[in-house]
Amino acid sequence: MKKLGVIVNPVAGIGGRVGLKGSDGIEIVLKAKELGAQPESPMRAVDALKIVSNVKDSIEVITYPYEMGEEECQEAGFNPKVIGSIFRGETTPGDTKKAAEEMVKNRIDLLLFAGGDGTARDIYNSVGYKVPVLGIPAGVKIHSAVFAVTPRSAGEVAVMFLRDRLINIREAEVMDIDEDAFRSGAVTSKLYGYLRVPEESRYVQSVKTGGIIAEKEALAGIAADVIDKMDDDDCYFIIGPGTTTRVIMDSLRINNTLLGVDIVSNRQLIASDVSENQLIDLIKGHRTKIVVTVIGGQGHLFGRGNQQLSPKVIREVGIKNIIVIATKEKLAALSGRPLLVDTGDEGLNKELSGYIRVTTGFEDYVIYKVGY
Amino acid sequence: MRRERSLSSRFIDFISGRYQINNEIGGKVMDENKIVYPYIPNSVPEIKAQMLKEVEASEIMDLYIEIPEHLKYKRKLNIPEPISDEYSIRRHIESLLNKNKNCSEYLNFMGASCAQHFVPAVCDEINGRGEFLTAYVGESYADHGKWQALFEYGSLMGELLDMDILSCPLYDGTQAAATSLRMACRCTGRKEVLLPKSINQEVLMVVRNYLQGPTKPQVDIQMIDFDTKTGLLDIKDLKKKISSKTASVFIENPGYLGCIETQAEEIGKITHKNGAEFIVYTDPISLGMIAPPSQYGATFACGDFHPLGIHMQCGGGQGGFIATHDDMKYIAEFKDLMFGLTETLEEGEYGFGEVLFDRTSYGSREKGKEFTGTSTGLWAITVAVYLSLMGPKGMVEIGQTIMQKAQYAARQISKIEGVNLLFNTPFFKEFVINFSMAGKSVRKINKALLEYKIFGGKDISDEFPQFGQSALYCVTEIVTKEDIDKLVNALREINK
Amino acid sequence: MGRDKNTLLRKFHQARWDEEIILEMSVPGERGILVPRAEEGIRAEIGEGVSVLGNLRRKVPPALPEVNQMRINRHYMRLSQETLGTDVNIDISQGTCTMKYSPKFQEHLAARHPGMTEIHPLQDEDTIQGILEMYYKLEQFLKEISGMDYFCFQPGGGAHGVFTNVSIVRAYHKSRGDKERTEAITTMFSHPCDAATPRTAGYKVVTLMPDENGYPDLQAMKAALSERTAGIFITNPEDTGIYNPRIDEYVKAAHDVGALCSYDQANANGMLGIARAIEAGFDLCQFNIHKTFSAPHGCMGPAMGAHGVKAELAKFLPVPRVEFDGKRYYLDYNRPESIGRVRSFYGNAPIVMRAYAWIMQHGAEGLREVAECSVLNNNYIEKKIREVPGVVVRYAKGKRRLEQVRYSWEKLKEDTGVGTEDVMRRMGDFGLQHYWTSHHPWVVPEPFTLEPCESYSKDDIDEYVAVIRQISKEAYEDPEFVKNSPYNLPVHKVLAPSIDETERIAVTWRQYKKKKGVK
Repeated sequence: MKKLGVIVNPVAGIGGRVGLKGSDGIEIVLKAKELGAQPESPMRAVDALKIVSNVKDSIEVITYPYEMGEEECQEAGFNPKVIGSIFRGETTPGDTKKAAEEMVKNRIDLLLFAGGDGTARDIYNSVGYKVPVLGIPAGVKIHSAVFAVTPRSAGEVAVMFLRDRLINIREAEVMDIDEDAFRSGAVTSKLYGYLRVPEESRYVQSVKTGGIIAEKEALAGIAADVIDKMDDDDCYFIIGPGTTTRVIMDSLRINNTLLGVDIVSNRQLIASDVSENQLIDLIKGHRTKIVVTVIGGQGHLFGRGNQQLSPKVIREVGIKNIIVIATKEKLAALSGRPLLVDTGDEGLNKELSGYIRVTTGFEDYVIYKVGY
Repeated sequence: MRRERSLSSRFIDFISGRYQINNEIGGKVMDENKIVYPYIPNSVPEIKAQMLKEVEASEIMDLYIEIPEHLKYKRKLNIPEPISDEYSIRRHIESLLNKNKNCSEYLNFMGASCAQHFVPAVCDEINGRGEFLTAYVGESYADHGKWQALFEYGSLMGELLDMDILSCPLYDGTQAAATSLRMACRCTGRKEVLLPKSINQEVLMVVRNYLQGPTKPQVDIQMIDFDTKTGLLDIKDLKKKISSKTASVFIENPGYLGCIETQAEEIGKITHKNGAEFIVYTDPISLGMIAPPSQYGATFACGDFHPLGIHMQCGGGQGGFIATHDDMKYIAEFKDLMFGLTETLEEGEYGFGEVLFDRTSYGSREKGKEFTGTSTGLWAITVAVYLSLMGPKGMVEIGQTIMQKAQYAARQISKIEGVNLLFNTPFFKEFVINFSMAGKSVRKINKALLEYKIFGGKDISDEFPQFGQSALYCVTEIVTKEDIDKLVNALREINK
Repeated sequence: MGRDKNTLLRKFHQARWDEEIILEMSVPGERGILVPRAEEGIRAEIGEGVSVLGNLRRKVPPALPEVNQMRINRHYMRLSQETLGTDVNIDISQGTCTMKYSPKFQEHLAARHPGMTEIHPLQDEDTIQGILEMYYKLEQFLKEISGMDYFCFQPGGGAHGVFTNVSIVRAYHKSRGDKERTEAITTMFSHPCDAATPRTAGYKVVTLMPDENGYPDLQAMKAALSERTAGIFITNPEDTGIYNPRIDEYVKAAHDVGALCSYDQANANGMLGIARAIEAGFDLCQFNIHKTFSAPHGCMGPAMGAHGVKAELAKFLPVPRVEFDGKRYYLDYNRPESIGRVRSFYGNAPIVMRAYAWIMQHGAEGLREVAECSVLNNNYIEKKIREVPGVVVRYAKGKRRLEQVRYSWEKLKEDTGVGTEDVMRRMGDFGLQHYWTSHHPWVVPEPFTLEPCESYSKDDIDEYVAVIRQISKEAYEDPEFVKNSPYNLPVHKVLAPSIDETERIAVTWRQYKKKKGVK
């Protein structure tokens, strides 16, 4: 029998309706409640769980007490196993983390959580890759890619996953928003980590199609295309963060820093997880190329997780030495919106904008628009 | 406003498909004098007017507003006035077809990759079914029958070839050869292939174009000599030319010149020793009697399945197949659709799904799997019917019949003064006759044979000048002893 | 009795025969057909004739089934009943396939007249003047329709036609000694073969994504073009039905860098006599004869891609060409700069015949009517489909599309969880073919592409729309019902239609038996 873990962050999104951004931190929560805010995420959780209750006889549900899942599960028709303890009405991120840890110990097959980016971060910190996770969107700001589109679709994907059908597991970005900056109007997020998220597998109706390259093959092709350019002994390659760039490192059998920046030359590792200053030092006197991919749901090339690639570094390398890699699927998901650059340097942003060639497979490219 | 016209003239217009109507649209009187086409239902003026109104256009050209004026074609296409009624157009087409002389009135001894074999009535019956004739890419629910028929095609060919894996059919044998060669390159990561010099020139030409690249060939082709006395591959030359760069060794068995490659097993061993793939292009109708390539070491079997229940149709009946063993190394490299048996919601029901898996090529530098598209599905279904009808005994018997008749013909023809069988090697249904000693060119001989209502063997004097005046004769199960005797007498008289 | 007059819905049920696989029907000893044997005179002279094979003789006969003839006929007849060809359904569903009526007299001649079926392609030219005449004349027709100077009928399908054009582009640059041309450009909404065929020919492929309006981005095109571009390969109108009004600017931009332009006219049905490849500046073009020109689709072939070129590229065309010297038709093999061949012989002759007959029956006005009615039909259906709850149409807002439209169920999916694949399966329950969604990747989410070509009447379209509307209604009322469809078809919903685990792959019966341990 499959086990489903359910965690609800009852205060996620509570600030939204009353004009407060985010809800992390007890002061914000109290202020929101003062302003008469009602919690939203419990309702969203129930929406999702009602869909899952279609299979309630064939799964076991484990959750946390009261408003952290027990009430929502019961409302949706489940009779869940309740573990842990909390203070009703005063839940904290610490509770979320503990809940996740204990559920992993209980050997759940899937963790369904309701919350926002903050909740996603907390879960990432305690779960990492140990168990597949799926988010029910319930917070104000959703920058992380670990969430389903709607509570209902979260429920549906959960059902399909628990029934062992048509499911891919992909690595989805968890984004970290700078809360204070956010409240004063500045949006800066950065790549925080990755969670393994189930997603509905597309039945690829390829009766009419031909020569279509599957995603895995496309990634291998992208890596091969970039690696072929590494035959120049003197050239340094700065490999940015992300799962697409990781394929290059894997092909070279070099340890990869998923969230950081590595330097490779002549197919060997030069340095791992470097900072901006280290980069400046190391690349002096070498011809260098930067390899970056798309980070975050808005399609950023620079500014959302690779701040080590500062304007100084980019200028030192030279704009024409930037190699962008991404699968066609990733680009299609942008629905025609341009890729974005947010280096912090307006002038540089302008120079970077226009059209670039994205490597989407072996000797397979897409010309795409870049904006700022 | 009604325009009065006589009853008889209105009647005449009505029965000829034209009629005048008066329409009021937006206050204007529209006078249509248009033909209504049987294949274009909405060419009925009233219907058209109604639809135009609903889509808020005052005339058809409003719908083409996205095409700029300078890109529009302003004249009337300069093509013949139409023959619109069915009787007349049919008669016109028939008159063109009647101009041709066909192989049911003439005796035909040509093969060369399009051979005349017997077509069972059930084959024509099934591929004449409107459902099969007009289906296309429907899913495996409403088109379950089509998918099952194509699955059976693969299954039956699999038994004939003694191999587990086939994909959907290809355009013809030449394409099957070209794709097999590229698959072998993908499997091995190597970029050179070896082909016999005795190969069918049409196959070679297709392969050369297919393996070509923008600035230089993507795959190098090396030709191996053949023994001009036996028609068989020159093993010494093969050993010289094969290396660790070789992706595959490709032979035809039976060969283009008709010979059965008796050294096939040895060739296979040499190929494998060098880590290359052994591709054999074969004639499926021979495989009841002759061992299929998999049984003498081939890793790829390919060819053209037109002999299996399909009319010649001036080259319109061709279809290609590629088969391999059940090994992911090969399965991953097929370029065409493959679908397999799977389960549905209903217990015990057969359903079909698409074999899609992430076909990660062994060479990530191979950019996808060539291209695929519409090929020869209707003929593949016909092959399924044919092989079902024939069964194991039919395939054995027809193989024997063909060999007996072909050998008889070869023997009788070579008894003619000055006319010789070129090779002494065993053959299946085709053999080369040499006329150099007889004095006349094959062209002249074949022209003379037309007087006897006989199509002589294909003139291969230009393809293989080393053999002088030679022709490739094909004798199948449809040729009777009288037919052969008639041919022999005609040749004897012509070459007196 | 019959289709409901108000709802236009049918109580359709397809034949469900529960047929086994033919190999399961074997009865040892049964014969499906007896074959000719060598006559007494031949046997006397030759003997059994097969000992010459030595150990190349097949030791064990192939394990084909042994079934009597009537049963075989019945089996395949049943399978045909379980197939929803255009002959039996309102086939608006297969967008970009142009499922038009293939006139039956053409089919009868193609299948039954010995002047077509019993012809060997290598027969003396004097004995096939009728066939060669049709080749030659069809070429003249297509030249006029497209504006190109030469045509070739050798390719066996549309993608094959594009591949042949790619080969010609390749030969062209080679003949000029230009070794820099290593790239090809195409667009995301063109047919995938416009990317796959240059890739097969060895080119690096650059794809342009659609802008917010659904057009390939002209600025992006200019950014992609360079002296390394051999050619651009695009479909217009694209598979979304949107005509790119600046197509000639793309062509000019490509010509400016010395690249050639190849026009994939798989979607030509709405353009016959209205707009041509030549005026847009193209150097090469390609028609799917089994789409626009009435040849039937045959369960995925046989087919033909007729491709045309401008005069300066003619020398590269495949051999042989059909020529006319004023008195007789003949085959010209003497073309030293030809790319060689892409197929055996000179193409699918029966298909040439059908296209020839169809054009002769319609004439210039008829072709124009074909185009106009297909565009009118499409605009009509578009208006009605847009009104169906749950449908969204992206791009080209307020603009007219030509002969097909790509729609999206994204709103339906959001509201009910029912997506395009669910609706697609449910279509069949009403006697309509499953519609085609889109090529991959799905730039338009939850897509479906419909093409009501000129063969379909207003009533046919109304019935089709009624079904779409009904399924939308069902989705809002009972999504699970739609998701578990189909119900009235030969089989039920396939559990996992993407077979991607090695253990599940069973493409032949013998492989299936081995994996399941069946004897």
